[in-house]
Parts: sequence; structure tokens; C-alpha cells
Amino acid sequence: MKISISKIIIFIFIIFSLFIFWQGLKKNNSYDTKSLIGSRISNFELIEINNDDQYISEKDLKKNKFTLINFFASWCSPCRAEHKYLLNLSGKNKKIKIIGINFKDKKKNANNFLKELGNPYNFVGRDLKGRNSILFGIYGIPESILVDNNLIIIKKIVGPIDETQYDEILQLIK
Amino acid sequence: MKIKFFLFIICVLITTSIHTSENQIKLLEVYKNLRCLVCQGQSIADSNSDFAATIKLVVQDQLNEGKTEAEIYNFLISKYGEWIVYQPSLNKNNFLLWFLPYLIFAVGGLVLFFIIQKSRHNKDN
Repeated sequence: MKISISKIIIFIFIIFSLFIFWQGLKKNNSYDTKSLIGSRISNFELIEINNDDQYISEKDLKKNKFTLINFFASWCSPCRAEHKYLLNLSGKNKKIKIIGINFKDKKKNANNFLKELGNPYNFVGRDLKGRNSILFGIYGIPESILVDNNLIIIKKIVGPIDETQYDEILQLIK
Repeated sequence: MKIKFFLFIICVLITTSIHTSENQIKLLEVYKNLRCLVCQGQSIADSNSDFAATIKLVVQDQLNEGKTEAEIYNFLISKYGEWIVYQPSLNKNNFLLWFLPYLIFAVGGLVLFFIIQKSRHNKDN
């Protein structure tokens, strides 16, 4: 039986297309931030929520062995759920400093939120319009970034911190 | 004198409006090439989400600062990865995406060539 070259080419092409299609189906198309782990955060300046004259920048974070940057708001209910883990982290571990960034919130509401649930933060910055959130690659809140003293991202948590992520953070800063 | 002043005002207004519309067009171009990460299948231009609003604000700031489109895209890629732009740059993970159309074109041409050759050969016989 003679098989023509064009038929072989068409057959190979169909197999190749099916392979690409199959690979495409396997691939997760939703956005995740895994690729950003290992990158460095830079060029930011956070103004304290209650004091315009007080601010922190890159060089302040370099003094900490580890820093957890947590974006929160009083209107965000998952932020309430993760708050106990932040309080545990700040109370138990001296290696880590927690920076809170209050996202698109009213100052009064943010202060009430911290008064009601406790303040786990070593510094609370404000991000009234959300501009800072872009500098940190945030796309929804709550979101947290764990960085080392070189400001390299070690872990990124999208959504509220839960028991598993809390344990992972403890492992990473050991 | 009055006429001269009146003409001057009109010129200023026209120049300002042209500049504004040019900026608006540029902004829209950038928005259209940015993917909304929290909404499925929408660009930043199409979306009214909170994330899209913040990105629009930052893009506007950077254009006003005089940054080029490429600089804005690079800044956002450094913060969110290649996924944020609809037109990713060529790298080892996406080279197939760039070269596959040319490959398909070449393979199609080859198949057509063989089919035509074969039909000619049959005709000759």
C-alpha cells in the first residue's frame, strides 16, 4: 500500500494540533502570582495612616529579617477572618515585622477596625486611591507578601491567611 | 485688539482639546492591551472593576509623568508578570505562539505543493 507524503504531513499536523489542544486543556488559565516569588519589591514610600509626617520606605524594611506586608480594609470581611493569624504572628515571633496597608478605606473605619480586633501591625500605611497596591502587585484584598531583608518576595498569599498558610509562614521564617 | 484676544482664546482652546483627545486615545490604547486580572476575558478598558479602576489611575499618572507605553507595560509586567499584557514579548515559554502561524503556513504550502504536483503527474499520465 502506497501512502502519499501529503497524507503523512496532514496526519502529523492533526496529531500535533491535538497535542497542543490537549496541553492547552491541562493548563490553568487563571492568574496566579507564583512567578513573582523571587522578584524584588522596590520604590515605595508608605505614609502612616494617622500621621502624614511619618512614613516608611525600602531602607526601613531592610532592617527587618522578615516583613509581612498585609493589605486590609475595614469593609473587607475576609480581612476579619485572617486577623487572628496576624495577631498570633506579631505576638509570638520576633523575627517578623508586620506592615499593614489600609486599602481604599476611611481613616475612621480603619482605626475602629484595629481597635475592635487588635492591632498586629508594626506600622499601618494608607493607600487611599490604591496606587500603592499596584507597586506591590496586589489585585484584590486581603493579600499578603512575605519578604526577606533584601526585599525579595518569599511568599505571596492571595486571599485571607488561613491555618495552612500561617504554618507555612512560620516554617519560612524559622 | 478685542478680536486678537478672542482669536488667541479660540486657538488655546482648540490646542488644549486636541491634546486632550490625543491623550485619551493613547490611554485607551494602553487600557486595551492590559488584561483585567479579576474579570474573565475583559481588558482594563472594558472593565469597571476596582482593580481596573486602580490600573487606569496608575497608567494615567505615568502617562502624565511622560512615560512611554513600553515603560508602562514593563512596569506592570514587573509587578504582575507577562499575564497582564495581551501582547506578550517573545520568550522560551511562548515561542510556539509566535512561530506556529508561520509553521502552519509553511506546512499548508507544502501540502498544497504536493497535492498540485500529484494532480499534474496524474494528468500527464
